[in-house]
Amino acid sequence: MLAIVLGRLMRMVVVMFGISVITFAIFFATPASDPAARIAGRNAAPETVEAVRKDFGLDRPLPVQYVLMMKRLFVTRDLTSFANRGQKIIPAIVNAAPATLSLVTGAAILWMLGGTLAGIVAAATRDRWPDKLLMGLSMAAVAMPVFWVGEMVNLVTQSRFHDTWAFSWVPPLGYAPLGADPVLWFRSLVFPWITLAFLNIGLYGRVLRTGIIETYQEDFIRTARAKGLPARKVMLKHATRSAIIPIVIMFGMDFGVLVGGAAVLTEVVFGINGVGRLTYQALKVLDLPMIMATVLYASFFVVIANAVVDMLCLLIDPRMRQA
Amino acid sequence: MGPVTGGMSALPTDDKAPSPAAIAGEGAWVSRGPWRRVLDGLLASPTAVISGLLLLLIVVATLLAPAYAARVAGSDPFRSGLSARIEIDGERVPVMQQSTEGLGLGVTPIGPTWRAQYFLGADTQGRDVAARMLYGGRNSLLIAGASTLLCLALAAVVGIVAGYVGGRVDSVLSNLIDMIWAFPVYLLAISLSIVMIGKSYRFGPFEIASDSLIVPILIIGIVYVPYVARPVRGRVLALNQSEFIMAARGLGVRRGRILMRHILPNVATTLIVFAPMLMALNIVTESSLSFLSVGVQPPNASWGTILQDGQGLLYSRPMVSMAPGLAIMVTVLLLNLFGDVLRDVLDPKSARGR
Repeated sequence: MLAIVLGRLMRMVVVMFGISVITFAIFFATPASDPAARIAGRNAAPETVEAVRKDFGLDRPLPVQYVLMMKRLFVTRDLTSFANRGQKIIPAIVNAAPATLSLVTGAAILWMLGGTLAGIVAAATRDRWPDKLLMGLSMAAVAMPVFWVGEMVNLVTQSRFHDTWAFSWVPPLGYAPLGADPVLWFRSLVFPWITLAFLNIGLYGRVLRTGIIETYQEDFIRTARAKGLPARKVMLKHATRSAIIPIVIMFGMDFGVLVGGAAVLTEVVFGINGVGRLTYQALKVLDLPMIMATVLYASFFVVIANAVVDMLCLLIDPRMRQA
Repeated sequence: MGPVTGGMSALPTDDKAPSPAAIAGEGAWVSRGPWRRVLDGLLASPTAVISGLLLLLIVVATLLAPAYAARVAGSDPFRSGLSARIEIDGERVPVMQQSTEGLGLGVTPIGPTWRAQYFLGADTQGRDVAARMLYGGRNSLLIAGASTLLCLALAAVVGIVAGYVGGRVDSVLSNLIDMIWAFPVYLLAISLSIVMIGKSYRFGPFEIASDSLIVPILIIGIVYVPYVARPVRGRVLALNQSEFIMAARGLGVRRGRILMRHILPNVATTLIVFAPMLMALNIVTESSLSFLSVGVQPPNASWGTILQDGQGLLYSRPMVSMAPGLAIMVTVLLLNLFGDVLRDVLDPKSARGR
């Protein structure tokens, strides 16, 4: 077991190193990409571009640039932004992280509860109207782009019906820190949570339903029913418990990716200054140190989530330990 | 699982008119190849037939975009019509109307007229949204379709090479797949877009213009490769252990022939199952990238760019945002419905929920 854990850790480091190299390559080594020209702006004089190149150290060999950037990111921790000179990278990410974490955690709770409930109800009422209704809804939920759902939610809650009793409590778009005003924090996040969770409720419900229905064909379910357990107990204690494993795997991956910044669309639509938005803004102005840091931050969560999920699987299913 | 319409129920035994194959006698059963069985399975499912027809209808509608713009809308949806006027109930109305809210400053584009001209209203440039929807749908579908094909082709090559060659090649490719997998899809796509979009490229005799659709196609085609390559590799590994491949090997069949005659047809079903779902995913991805202005570039339109145009008009003219969103939803829904049936027909055993 220890060997597996150590091997896993080694792999994590290798994957993260690989990601940092890929990111670096995309922005520094692509023939079409000239960071100095981007920083200097459109129609800049060639001398300006050269000056920028020298100033930012972009004239050095690529491996040297890479090592220097990594050193300033991890060892001296004083890496600064290209776009806003003087802005330190690490504090910027640390400041953005709570907003994303609030958004994703709340949404995750919602979609795990909603998805599990939808899956169990649909499986229990298989091929009858609650199942058909839920699965129809889930198909529709999966088909909608998340930012569009967000826009439609904003249209209803911020504009069209904002003055009615139903939505007058919704604060203007933006993130309110938890520490400052917990109630405002909650109110400002209710609809972002619902929006972000919406798609996953559909997805998770679907996967769980399929899993339960498959599990129902297994021998141990027949045994449980044959020995006279009530149907509800068979459903909840036996079938759901075994069918929830793929959900746990999916959850780990989705949560990691979202915390890392993949909630960018939701953040943009609801004006939440989280990690995703920070990354997106850095990408837009080609702020390379910021991009490097945010992408590594994101991949860190993905890799961690991957590892945690693998460990969980090893714990749940001993058969996987041999592989 | 939904209604499983296996090929067996649709065999030609109960055909009213004898098909040529049936006349040929016993050959009837043999001549119905696996692809024909898939087609029969699809035709036996009302869901597949209806969603397929509706998808076809959407494609045809978008192909008729120039006709709609010229004959019905009567304006060029790619040129701004800020000073245009249209006739409604005998009155000449400007397309860009003086704002009535607040201080009355600025102009608001006309809302849905529900008439031939500006059926869904105008965008901030005074362009006909309905006509742009058709043109945009064309690009959205083209990008999604082309990137799906590209993704499947790349994933097939990567997955088959990794699974079939094995050894060091496999470990390099698998690690690469893992790495790209760990990269959040949207961040990867946005990164690639920002580096690649807005420039023109020359590859020998080919020139790619800065607003070409090829760039988004390439980006969207690449980012989902790991998601397909992984299962393909798994399938190839499983096939390698299967008895009929071992038998072929034992008979001394050459590697290349095993690959072409035995591995490839079996991997093909995996790829086809992915196609509709991938295309649905790609439509959403295209709209997201275009919404963040790193997808389709102006003056080209797509459902995503119209959504972006509508962003600033969300509270005053919500139709500009609602129409493309609904179009995306309906198309994706139809693709997923069709894909579900296709998966059940091709692989009745698999009941993956996604």
